[in-house]
Amino acid sequence: MADMLAQCAEPGSLQGLSWLMCYLTSGKHMLFYGSFLTVLALLAITAPIALLFGFGGAVASRSRIPPLRWFGKIYTSMVRGVPDIIFFLFVPIALDQGLEWLRHQVYCDSDAPVRQGNEFIVCAAAKLPLSSSPGWVHDTYGFILAVVAFAIVFGAFAANVLYGAMQAVPHAQLETAEAYGMNSRQVTRRILIPQMWVYALPGLSNLWMILIKATPLLFLLGVEDIVYWARELGGAKSSAFTYPHSDWRLYYFLVILVFYLLMTWCSEKILARLTWRLSRGQATLGGEAIRKGA
Amino acid sequence: MKKLILTAAALALTAGMGWADTVRMGTEGAYPPYNLIDDKGEVGGFERELGDELCKRAELECTWVTNDWDSIIPNLVSGNYDTILAAMSINDERKKVIAFTDPYLPPAPSSYVALEEGVDLEGGVIAAQTSTVQSSYVAESGATLLEFANIDEVLAAVRNGEADAAFGDHEVVKPYVDEGDDLMFVGEQVELDEGIGIGVRQSDNELREKFNTAIAAVKEDGKLNELIVKWFGEDARTWE
Repeated sequence: MADMLAQCAEPGSLQGLSWLMCYLTSGKHMLFYGSFLTVLALLAITAPIALLFGFGGAVASRSRIPPLRWFGKIYTSMVRGVPDIIFFLFVPIALDQGLEWLRHQVYCDSDAPVRQGNEFIVCAAAKLPLSSSPGWVHDTYGFILAVVAFAIVFGAFAANVLYGAMQAVPHAQLETAEAYGMNSRQVTRRILIPQMWVYALPGLSNLWMILIKATPLLFLLGVEDIVYWARELGGAKSSAFTYPHSDWRLYYFLVILVFYLLMTWCSEKILARLTWRLSRGQATLGGEAIRKGA
Repeated sequence: MKKLILTAAALALTAGMGWADTVRMGTEGAYPPYNLIDDKGEVGGFERELGDELCKRAELECTWVTNDWDSIIPNLVSGNYDTILAAMSINDERKKVIAFTDPYLPPAPSSYVALEEGVDLEGGVIAAQTSTVQSSYVAESGATLLEFANIDEVLAAVRNGEADAAFGDHEVVKPYVDEGDDLMFVGEQVELDEGIGIGVRQSDNELREKFNTAIAAVKEDGKLNELIVKWFGEDARTWE
């Protein structure tokens, strides 16, 4: 770590650039830089899981079996009908207390109820994570709860997009496949799913952009993300701190602003390229334009 | 069968069981010099040092956790951590929800801070941190209360003119007045609380007693006064 360097040992005596170098490499700043990885990890983990949830939801909504179809419909319409923030506040608490209640039934000898007055009490062995677990276990656990909340919410939107995309695949394609003697499972796997992506992509890319912009909600869930550290580092610091400074939140938020702009800008480039790839050879307007241009 | 599934689900969630009675110490980490996140990114401040000393004397294993001020009580009662050491004043409203140990700090004065003399403290716009004894006092004083999530934003509101004055714990706002060249103390100091104690769940009698014993011990041998002077200066109120 750079702040272990001899020149940073006495920050009080530093001036100008060397002060800034030591300041920007303090342990706290390292945590700030690390939190950018937390955000990227959230995106990288949540997006595929949400897509999987969405795919499941869409397939369920189209199912011929009524209970499965109801489940799919209820999932998509219910989650989409509740404000995201309510869900982000509800899911982690409900999940955490639900799991602790389960563990309470298994690991605790007492028959005492978990709710006593305003308190939620489980025995030490049922705590999740255990009180004795190191800090990183608690952090990871919080992060996983956040991923689940994000995946449920964005999965519902993705389900709706994929459902629409499946409906948009021309019926003639599916009927032709049936005429060739494919059963319904084969039609779905060989014709429907490969063709639906081009219809789904505009909706999914929109969702991806919204997901990127929703990541500061991590801060609401108590995960120490970039917004948490920007606020913490940017606030005015008195001489109780090693590096006193005035209110610098403006600069820290500017850094975050640039980070998000970069993220969405890169995403737009990549998604445009993907749309082009998927449109090739398709009987859509985009596909037609590529054919004529070639 | 049901029990089997429960067991399997629970086992799947288990990784390395251990029963050391680690006490999770909750604090805000944004209220210097009481508690703060130091430049290494760890919890620091008066309460960190005091808490570690109390844990040592009570022979408890302790770890530190930070939590936003406005949800610090709900997350204590739902078991995310076991104590609150966050400059929390003991008062009747809070005693309905949680229990407190004996105070480790005597009642502390609160002060008004503004950019200029002569602002209207009774009818103007006064900023305070949300759910504090100071914010309830302002609400009852007849002034217009403007609440913020942490003390830093409270003082920022005075600096950018959103509020006429800020009202906060004297020790917390003092560095802002002493070290900046814009803010000053205005009006009279106000006594608001019964001292500051450790917040614990009402059912945690055993833990509360352990801390009470430890607090009595640090008061007895002068260690507590030593820490108060170290973090709040020579003028701070100490125990007799």
